[in-house]
Amino acid sequence: MTNSIGEIEFTDAILAIGTNTTENHPVIGSSVKRAVRRHGAKLIVIDPRRIGLVDYADIWLRPKPGTNVAVLNGLMNVIIDEGLYAKEYVETRTEGFEAMKEAVAQYTPDHVEGITGIPADDLRTAARIYAEAKSASILYAMGITQHSHGTDNVKSCANLSMLCGNVGIEGGGVNPLRGQNNVQGACDMGALPNVFPAYQQVANDDARAKFEEAWGVSLPAKPGLTIMEIMNAAHDGTLKGLYIMGENPMVSDPDLTHVKASLKNLDILVVQDIFLNETGQLADVVLPSACFAEKDGTFSNTERRVQRIRKAVEAPGEAKADWQIIAELATKLDYSMSYSSAEEIMGEINGVAPSYAGITYERIEEEGLQWPCPSTDHPGTKYLHKDTFSRGLGLFSAIDYRPSDELPDEEYPFILTTGRVLYHFHTATMTRRSEGLNERYPESLAEVNSKDAEKLGIKEGDVITVSSRRGSLQVKASVVDTPPEGTIFMNFHFSEAAVNLLTNPALDPIGKIPEYKVCAVKVEAA
Amino acid sequence: MDQRFSITIDGKEVAASPGQTILEVARENDIYIPTLCHYEGTTNVGACRVCAVEVENARSLVASCCMPVSAGMIITTNSQRVINARKLVVELIWASGDHNCLTCEKNGDCELQDLIYKLGIEKPRFEIDPPGYAIEDTNSMIQRDLNKCILCGRCVRVCNEIQVHEVLDFSMRGSHAKVGPAFDADYIDSACVFCGSCVDACPVGALTFKQARFEGRPWEIEKVRTTCPYCGVGCQMDLNIHEGKVVKVTTDREYGQPNFGSLCSKGRFGMNFIDNPDRLTTPLIRKDGELQEASWDEAYGYIADKFAAIKEKNGADSIAGLSSARVTNEENYLFQKFMRAVIGTNNVDHCARL
Repeated sequence: MTNSIGEIEFTDAILAIGTNTTENHPVIGSSVKRAVRRHGAKLIVIDPRRIGLVDYADIWLRPKPGTNVAVLNGLMNVIIDEGLYAKEYVETRTEGFEAMKEAVAQYTPDHVEGITGIPADDLRTAARIYAEAKSASILYAMGITQHSHGTDNVKSCANLSMLCGNVGIEGGGVNPLRGQNNVQGACDMGALPNVFPAYQQVANDDARAKFEEAWGVSLPAKPGLTIMEIMNAAHDGTLKGLYIMGENPMVSDPDLTHVKASLKNLDILVVQDIFLNETGQLADVVLPSACFAEKDGTFSNTERRVQRIRKAVEAPGEAKADWQIIAELATKLDYSMSYSSAEEIMGEINGVAPSYAGITYERIEEEGLQWPCPSTDHPGTKYLHKDTFSRGLGLFSAIDYRPSDELPDEEYPFILTTGRVLYHFHTATMTRRSEGLNERYPESLAEVNSKDAEKLGIKEGDVITVSSRRGSLQVKASVVDTPPEGTIFMNFHFSEAAVNLLTNPALDPIGKIPEYKVCAVKVEAA
Repeated sequence: MDQRFSITIDGKEVAASPGQTILEVARENDIYIPTLCHYEGTTNVGACRVCAVEVENARSLVASCCMPVSAGMIITTNSQRVINARKLVVELIWASGDHNCLTCEKNGDCELQDLIYKLGIEKPRFEIDPPGYAIEDTNSMIQRDLNKCILCGRCVRVCNEIQVHEVLDFSMRGSHAKVGPAFDADYIDSACVFCGSCVDACPVGALTFKQARFEGRPWEIEKVRTTCPYCGVGCQMDLNIHEGKVVKVTTDREYGQPNFGSLCSKGRFGMNFIDNPDRLTTPLIRKDGELQEASWDEAYGYIADKFAAIKEKNGADSIAGLSSARVTNEENYLFQKFMRAVIGTNNVDHCARL
C-alpha cells in the first residue's frame, strides 16, 4: 500500500476494485464500512460479483470479468472530458499525461458500456464521485492482479489515482491489500528471482558487489526463474532439484495436472512445512517446521509495517523454526550460517536492506514500524511519494484494454472466476483443521447465478460437474445471485474440489501472474 | 485549547474542553468512576447508571458517561448518595441474573464481580431471580448464557459501530429484553461472522470463548502478543496460553495500529491447527516409495548430497527454491541467501502471484 490502513476510515471517498474486502481482509472491510456509516465517506465498488461491500456502496459498477482496464480508462475519460482532474498536480508532479490522455480518448462511456456492460451514466457518476473527493483511496486485490493483463490493471489504477492528485496525500493512494501475512516481507527480503533484499537488482553490478562482500561469495548476475517458469523447467527436465518452504503448489497453482507432472519429474523435491500437505506427499524429503506461535521473528503487513511474532508454545516433536533449518542445511553444504536468534538475522538485514536499516526488535517491541525506515532515529513512513515520487515524476502509462486469454465459447460457455471465502485461507491446511471455521464453511461450494441454475436444471446443493480444457471436477452448487449470469465462482481451498485443475496458466507478460480470475468452463448437472 | 475551562471534581479544580463528558474528564485526571455499559469508541448510552455522579444544582444524579461538562460545573463522585445509588444499581443487576462465580468462566476477569467487591457488598440484598434462558450451545466458538447478560449493550455497539457487521441488537421489552441476532436466532443460524468482538466487549460471563471453557482461569493464563498469521492486515493479538497450549485468542485495543483490537473469524478461531495431531514432528525421507521417519542428520545429508551432485553435473541453475509468504522476514532473508550464496542461483520465488 502507498498509504496506511488507519487512513481508510477517515478518507472522503473509497474506490474498491477487485477486492472482496469483507471476506478477504475483514478488519479492513470494517474500516471501509465505518468510513461509510460513521464518517460519511463515499464508496464506489467495482466488481462482477455482488460482494458484501456492495450493500454499503454509493454506486456499484458490475463489469464483465476481465474488463477492468476498460472501466478504469472510461473513468479517466469522463474525468478528463469534464475537466475534473487535478491539473496542477498533473503538470508539476507527473509526466506522460498527453499519451495517456490520447489512449483513454476512445474509452467514452458508451464505448465502455459495450465492453464492460456498465451503464454509461453509472460510469459517469462513479467518475465524478472519485474525482470530486478531496482525498480518495483506491483499494484493490487479486481481482486486479490475477489476469493476463494484471500489470495493465495495476498501472491503470495508478493512472487514475495520479490523475486526481491522490498519490502522496493522506487518505489517498493506490492500495493493494495483500493476501498473506508476510507476502510483503517475502518480496522485501528478496525472495524473488530478480532482486536482492530491498529490491536491489541482481543484474546491477554495484548491488551484486555489495552482497558479494556481505556474504563472502561470488553471486550470479542472471535473474532466475519465476514460480511458473520453475514448474515449466521441472516439466521439461531442465530443473532437477526443488526446495519448497511453506508453500503448497499442488493446490495453489494453476493447472494442477501440469504441476503434478512437473514435481514428479524432479530428481529431488524437498518440502519444508508444518503439515504433510498435498505437495509434501510428493516429496523425497520432508522437513518439519515450527509454526508462527512457536518461534520469534517479524512479518511485514500490507501497509509495510514490520511487526513482531513471539514464541508462545513449544514446537511439536523435533520440528524446528524455518530459519534454524535453513542455517543448518547451509552449514551442511559448507557455507557456515550460525545465528543464535531471529533478532540476530534482523541485525544482518539492517545492514544490507536500506529500507529496513532502522527497524530493530527494540524499536518495534510496542508498535511496528513502516518502511522505508532508513535509520534508527527515523519514524517510519506512513505514506509514500509525499511531495515527490520515488522516481521523481509520477509516470502515466498509456494502456489499451486487452481481453482475457480464454473467453467463453460454444463448448465452454461460462466464465469461471476464483477466490477465497471468509472462513478459509488459501489451501486451507490450517483453517480446515480449525473446528469452528468448518462449522461455518464445511465443504466447497460453487456459486451459480439463479438464472443460469434454472436453465441448467440445477438446485441448491446439487452436485454439478465443472470442466475446462484442462480438467474436470465435481462440486456442490450454491444457487445465489452473487456472480453475474454466465459466470460461476469457486474457491480454491478444498483439494477434493481443486479449482486449479480448471484454471488457465496463461501469464501476465511482466508480473508472470496466472489468470485465475477468468477462464472458460462448462457446467453440467452431475 | 483556548476554549478550555475549569470544572471541579471532588473538590479538585481540573481543566476540561467543550464536548467532553464528565467521565472523560474524570478519567483524564485519574478520578475513579465505575462503568459497565461504557465502551470506548462507541456511543455513550447511559444504560447501566453505575457511573452516576452528583452535579451541583442538578435535579437528580446524572450518568457521567453521557453528561457533557460545562464551565464551572461542580461534581461529586463519591458522596454517600452516589455510593448508595451505585450499590442499588449493582445489587439489582446481581439479582436479575445468574451470576454464579463458582462456575463462571469470567471469574477473576469480570467487571461486575470487581464492582461488587469494590463497593463492599457482603451479600445480595434482593432475591435472585434469573430469567431461565437456555444456554446457547450450538457452535464451538462462542457460548452465550443470557442468564448472565446485564443488558449493557456493549456487544450490540461493538457489532454495529466498530465491526459494522450489524448482526446484534436488542429485542423484547422490560424484563424480557434481550440481545442477539435478528429473529432471536442462535449465532450459528444468523448472519454473524464470528469475529468474536462481542466476547471481548462483554464485561461479564454472558459471552465466552467456548473452547477456552475449563481450560484455565484468567490468572493462570499467560498472554503472548503476536501478529496474526493469516491475511496481510497484520492484526495484533494475544495468544492465551495455559499449560503450553493456545486456549483462545484475545485482543487489546491499546495495541493500536493496524487493527485497534479487531480480529476476524480466522485470527480468532483459526488456531486449532497449532496442536493438531497431524503436525509433522520428524524429518521424513522417501525410501522404497514411502516417506519414512529419519533423523535431522540423515535428512540434511541426503539433501546436501543430492544438491551437490546436481550442481556438479547440471549447474546451480538446475536447482530452484520456493520461499514463502507465510514465514518470517528473517526466514525469507535466509532462504534467498541460501539459494543465492550457497546453491549459487537466482531461481528463488514465492507465492506472491498466487
